[in-house]
Amino acid sequence: MLCRTANELFWMARHIERAENTARLLDVTYRTSLLPYQPREPGLHWAEPWSVPLITSGLATTYYQRYPKLTAETVLRFLILDSSNTSSIYSCLQKARESARSVRGAITSEMYEDLNSAWLDMRGYDYARIEAGGISDFLDWVKMRSHLFRGVTFGTMLRDEAYHFIRLGTHIERGDNTARILDTKYHILLPSVTDVGGAVDYYQWVSLLQSVSGFESYRKIYSDTITPRRVAELLILRDDMPRSLHSCMNLIHETLERLCDDNSRELERLAGELHARLHYGRTEDIMRTGLHEYLMDFLERISMLGDEVNRVFLVPTY
Amino acid sequence: MSPPSYDEMRMAEGGLRAHYRAFADWLERTPPDRIAQKRGEAERAFHRVGITFAVYGEESGTERTIPFDLVPRIIPAAEWRVLEAGLKQRVTALNRFLHDIYHGQEIIAAQRIPADRVLGNAQYRREMVGMDVPGGIYAHIAGVDVVRAGQGEYYVLEDNLRVPSGVSYMLENRRMMMRLFPELFATRSIRPVQHYPDLLLETLHAVAPAGSERPTVAVLTPGAYNSAYFEHAFLAQQMGVELVEGQDLFVHNETVYMRTTRGPQRVHVIYRRVDDDFLDPIAFRRDSTLGVPGLFGAYRAGRVTLCNAIGTGVADDKSIYPFVPEMVRFYLGEEPILNNVPTWMLYKPEDRDHVLAHLHELVVKEVHGAGGYGMLIGPAATAAERDAFRARILASPEKYIAQPTLALSTCPTFVASGIAPRHIDLRPYVLSGRDVRLVPGGLTRVALREGSLVVNSSQGGGTKDTWVLAE
Repeated sequence: MLCRTANELFWMARHIERAENTARLLDVTYRTSLLPYQPREPGLHWAEPWSVPLITSGLATTYYQRYPKLTAETVLRFLILDSSNTSSIYSCLQKARESARSVRGAITSEMYEDLNSAWLDMRGYDYARIEAGGISDFLDWVKMRSHLFRGVTFGTMLRDEAYHFIRLGTHIERGDNTARILDTKYHILLPSVTDVGGAVDYYQWVSLLQSVSGFESYRKIYSDTITPRRVAELLILRDDMPRSLHSCMNLIHETLERLCDDNSRELERLAGELHARLHYGRTEDIMRTGLHEYLMDFLERISMLGDEVNRVFLVPTY
Repeated sequence: MSPPSYDEMRMAEGGLRAHYRAFADWLERTPPDRIAQKRGEAERAFHRVGITFAVYGEESGTERTIPFDLVPRIIPAAEWRVLEAGLKQRVTALNRFLHDIYHGQEIIAAQRIPADRVLGNAQYRREMVGMDVPGGIYAHIAGVDVVRAGQGEYYVLEDNLRVPSGVSYMLENRRMMMRLFPELFATRSIRPVQHYPDLLLETLHAVAPAGSERPTVAVLTPGAYNSAYFEHAFLAQQMGVELVEGQDLFVHNETVYMRTTRGPQRVHVIYRRVDDDFLDPIAFRRDSTLGVPGLFGAYRAGRVTLCNAIGTGVADDKSIYPFVPEMVRFYLGEEPILNNVPTWMLYKPEDRDHVLAHLHELVVKEVHGAGGYGMLIGPAATAAERDAFRARILASPEKYIAQPTLALSTCPTFVASGIAPRHIDLRPYVLSGRDVRLVPGGLTRVALREGSLVVNSSQGGGTKDTWVLAE
């Protein structure tokens, strides 16, 4: 298929997945912000729950250039509706739809219609409407639109190269985003060190799990109390958990094996290496390295993988 | 002001025409609120499907749907037989003409058309002289604009031989009608048009360079911001071929390749929706970023076929239009089946004097104008507008032609106040490959403003489904 088409499909998928994960990130933040919270040191405003989605998505600097204060409303406006923020849900849906429009021959008409109607609906939202309908309802809507689009893709699309580039984009973005969501816990300071393992800590882990649709799975698998070690295991190493890093790497690795040929051995190697780290990794090693450090390392590796996909398939130099 | 128009549905004394009876009965039986609901549904569906066009000169990114009217334009079988034969005849003659003027120029030698009209025409491409194209076909896809006037006679208003658009609306309008009102099609008397993409692909395959067994076809678009982008994408998808932009192609050793994820892949036939001038920055406009450097070289070497050919514009130019009946006689030895609209050519002093004296009755068009821009509709214009046009004509008369103001036929149409007659035209699409074919139908455009004769979508036109009835 055309490189330009592959590029648009890859980014269409990434932008939809990013919109969904931004909704998930805001969802965990919103849930956390409803828990009792008393900052012990007033200067530590960055430890506020509402700073977390900014830090983990790497947008804190951009945010503070535009908004002087940290409030729930401004963070929500920035991450949902701000068209000058290229990662806002609005911008992601806009770009996904633009990509789909520019290669609409490569996807099914059902897919285009579904994405186009999501975009037309998105344009009808403003802050007042989102607030009136409930923040959670809106975030659920974003997630549902993403699910719907994936379902339409799965149910209507030929398993051709186009499909594989869409899957590749989805899972590279998801792996990146799950790592970022998991890392939020590192940034949310507990009121004091004595609260580790306490009620607030517990609820923070619960809302994190809920935001990646992992709470019920956790209960099913462990039927026990929630510990950081197990959450890390679930979201990093378990390959039966659809948003875990291992799951994402399984799909990325498998997809690249189909797409790669003699000109792309380095890409296959990078994917194989990262996949092996997850496939053979052990929870105790992750905890020993430090969860935050482990996740930072993963983010760097998956970003290198994305660059290599770009170089080999999407923007070739021949 | 103007004589009453021929109405497609009702006779002058008010009675229904026979071929509209079934539809009129249905309309009678169907509750207005169901129709109103369906109209809303159609509008939303067109938006969701993204059947939109961009309007140049408006805020960038503006996408509008073309209003779709639920009352179909119905053509009885006997009328279609004549139209079909006339259109095939006309397009055949036009292709013969194009071949001739880039080769022996017999029609000029025979003095059936003045040499300077052809050779001095800005659309005449010297680069094409002496070059052979597969099958000698230049206009593979022709969109011929047909109107009805007077007592219902059909006239050809314009032959669009460059990159005629609108066929996607023909197809989507039918799909929409079948979805909204399947019961209307239950009698199975309406001939289908949905096989157009298959015919188009066959046509494109038929003109592939010699020796290409399984030719690769691509549709070349200027990109997603072009006003007809939806159609380019639609046709590529319906034919199952790649939709490419100039940046996706490159030429190596006079061969055209696409940049694909598996490396370069050869392209044999390009259905290009990019104007001649922009196709190749080396051969034509240097500043074109839409084209492919070296494309013309590959074309000239016979390594790729462009559809339509380069240089077809000379045959659909309004200054050549008056000579088309003569082409039919000259090349085919037949009398033209379809009428031409009488046309005054303002470069001729006697024609010019007549036109300037009758500006208030005539339509004056720019020879190179398109899309309903640059025209004067005498009866509807103000005195000041006519004076301004008079000055422009006197400054460069060769740029204009004039025609009588035709009372275009009307068709009942949904408007704010209910159903009222509005003027329409018809654009059937004629495909020339191994043979000349067309699907029974075309795009019917309707001027939604009361009394307006301008059907162009950029100027407030809408569209209708077009039904050709089975024998």
